[in-house]
Amino acid sequence: MWKSSRLGWRGNSSTSDRWSGVDGGAAARSGMNQKKTTSAHIEFIDIAKTYDGGTMVLPGVNLAIGSGEFMTLLGPSGSGKTTCLMILAGFEMPTSGEIRVNGESVHKLPPRKRDMGMVFQNYALFPHMTVGRNLSFPLEVRGMAPGERARRVGRALEIVRLEGYGDRRPGQLSGGQQQRVAIARALVFEPGVVLMDEPLGALDRRLREELQLEIRSIQRELGVTMVYVTHDQQEAMTLSDRIAVFNEGRIQQAAAPETLYEEPATEFVARFVGDNNLLRGTVRAVDGELCSVAVGDGLVEAFMVEPLAVGDSTVLAIRPERVALSPSIEYSNSVAAGVEDMVFQGDHWRIRVSVFGESDFFVKIPNFIGQGGILPGDRVRIGWTTIDCRALPASG
Amino acid sequence: MAIALKRWNRQALGAALLVAPLAIFVAVTFVAPLAAMLVRSVYQPAVAEALPETLAALAEWDGDSLPDEETFRIAGAEFVALDERRALGSVATRVNRLQSGMRSTLLGTARSLAAETPAASWREAMIAADADWGAIESWLAIRRAGEVITPRYYLNALDLDRGGAGEIVVQPEDRRIYVSLLLRTLLISIAITGICLLLAYPLAWLLAHARPRRAGLLLLLVLVPFWTSLLVRTTSWIVLLQNQGVINDLLVTLGIVAEQQRLALIYNMTGTIVAMVHVLLPFMILPLYSIMRTIPERHMQAAASLGASHWQALRRVYWPQSLPGVAAGSLLVFILSIGYYITPALVGGRTGQLISSMIAYHMEQSLNWGLAAALGGILLLLVGTLFFIYDRLVGIDRMRLGG
Repeated sequence: MWKSSRLGWRGNSSTSDRWSGVDGGAAARSGMNQKKTTSAHIEFIDIAKTYDGGTMVLPGVNLAIGSGEFMTLLGPSGSGKTTCLMILAGFEMPTSGEIRVNGESVHKLPPRKRDMGMVFQNYALFPHMTVGRNLSFPLEVRGMAPGERARRVGRALEIVRLEGYGDRRPGQLSGGQQQRVAIARALVFEPGVVLMDEPLGALDRRLREELQLEIRSIQRELGVTMVYVTHDQQEAMTLSDRIAVFNEGRIQQAAAPETLYEEPATEFVARFVGDNNLLRGTVRAVDGELCSVAVGDGLVEAFMVEPLAVGDSTVLAIRPERVALSPSIEYSNSVAAGVEDMVFQGDHWRIRVSVFGESDFFVKIPNFIGQGGILPGDRVRIGWTTIDCRALPASG
Repeated sequence: MAIALKRWNRQALGAALLVAPLAIFVAVTFVAPLAAMLVRSVYQPAVAEALPETLAALAEWDGDSLPDEETFRIAGAEFVALDERRALGSVATRVNRLQSGMRSTLLGTARSLAAETPAASWREAMIAADADWGAIESWLAIRRAGEVITPRYYLNALDLDRGGAGEIVVQPEDRRIYVSLLLRTLLISIAITGICLLLAYPLAWLLAHARPRRAGLLLLLVLVPFWTSLLVRTTSWIVLLQNQGVINDLLVTLGIVAEQQRLALIYNMTGTIVAMVHVLLPFMILPLYSIMRTIPERHMQAAASLGASHWQALRRVYWPQSLPGVAAGSLLVFILSIGYYITPALVGGRTGQLISSMIAYHMEQSLNWGLAAALGGILLLLVGTLFFIYDRLVGIDRMRLGG
């Protein structure tokens, strides 16, 4: 039976009257704002998945997702992020481990008992039903009364700004509109968790960015726990409270977007999230959190992410925009470099220089005073601070 | 503009040329015979051409009392002339269908008239040769047999006939066979369609959503019967189902059925249904399969995540989307079974026959092609009506036989 008392945005008729007619999404959402306490927190405990006793997809994932948190599982294809989501949704069984929602073990429950709204990659709207019927389907299977169903469907359509589209069929809508319907359908029965599996993958860039902002504001205002899978790190940054970066079935790092960007924990994260210059070298000296690393024929001062010993091989990660060209002040790292190539990118110039015998080191300079009078073939000095140069343990 | 038009014309011509061989083939082997057969069901000029003068004389006749002497003379002379050309037999057969006994009456009278041409009254001579000539019905039968355009085959096919004054009457009970046979054919076809759907739906689901390797193997198993001769398949059912067959032997050996009470599984309705379901099953499976393959499995997952049970997901999400396949398969199986001939003929015995066997009988045995054509025409009309209803309910453009 439908648990009508559980949720804040249930509303009685007087409040729903207040929302109707006014500017759609924002008004409807503000009415549903008291929901934060009901969203679920989720724990993955040693979740492992093996196919046919052979291929190990997930060696053992541990992850805690807070109530009302927007968590993105980010990684290249085949990294295990989608498998994780499917295990959470109940479409796949973990080989071992446990999933808890609000402290209760759910990994043995069938999907329909997990109270999770899911948005699929290709929307999975039912083509033989109108938009309205698609939205009322989860309410009908819960045995909700027709009047209450109609109210909720109307409100869910307001949230995604599709008022008046209830009688259309999914096939008559654009891709973006279909995705909004799918989102509304995942929200309409007020689940504690909403799962999204690369929901924007099929849309063009402009629409994707628009919907990203919309998904973000819907989630913030409803306060629902969100688990979102994508391979697009830009999208992950835009949306998430925290991002779990997956590679080869392991979570490399789970942290807020700023932390991931500023303090990548592994070489994979440094490479996958944002642009990075990666230099391989050997630790020559250690001093507290700092170390000196020999790279090619030079010596670089770096900040250690985790303790390294003299003689260890390491990977240095330096963001292109943190490198100064012809620095006017003295940096702790300052080396001569040759300008190989310059590419105009609109808001910045991307300059390829050769340094330490390597020729794929990039420097980003903002398009502020043109390219600063530099031309390919010039000899320049580049520099960066120690804190912007992170020494990561070399993988493999 | 002119060039574009010319170009378009060239393309249209090319397309027409490509289609031409098939169009000609279909026209010659299908459309033309069908049309000829349908024409035959209402157009029967044979008697009219054989007895022009008799029919002209009978056209004047009031039909209440016996024709006059002149009519007797014209008719008698024409019978004799026809018999000398050995053409009276087929006319006699046609008249006999309207009034039994008329065949011998006609042939006998022609012979006695030829042996001895009446000196005085033809009327008395003919009535003397056969008393039937004294009955008005005999002359009415000849007049009706002479109608060139006639609805009587259709009437007969519906167990109707025309009375003396041309009114439509129901055939006497012992001559009513076609309507009940037609109804039985419809019922059996519906039963076969229903059984096929019940058997095919789960299998098609498995085919459409199994892993590719296993699906390929299953599909092969579905198609093997397709590649086997119809006759082989039907006779193997005889081997299985007959009185001393595999199934009865097994049941007797297991003690489920007593030796004296072996089940009659073949040469009756049961045999017809079993064998036809087997033969027609692929026609249900394949359209279902091709539709089901286009239904994303994600939809079932989506329904589950929205809180639907397996049954709700199947009924509300999967079944409606598979309907075009269900409709296509059902229509195909129904239409095929309504006109099916060979399997009922082989395993149907006496009670498992369908309307098709009657059509075959009139084509091959009684040579009443008009009636055979009328029965066929009624079948065609039935199927056409079904298509029309289907189009109204589902829309013919929604029927998909392939992905």
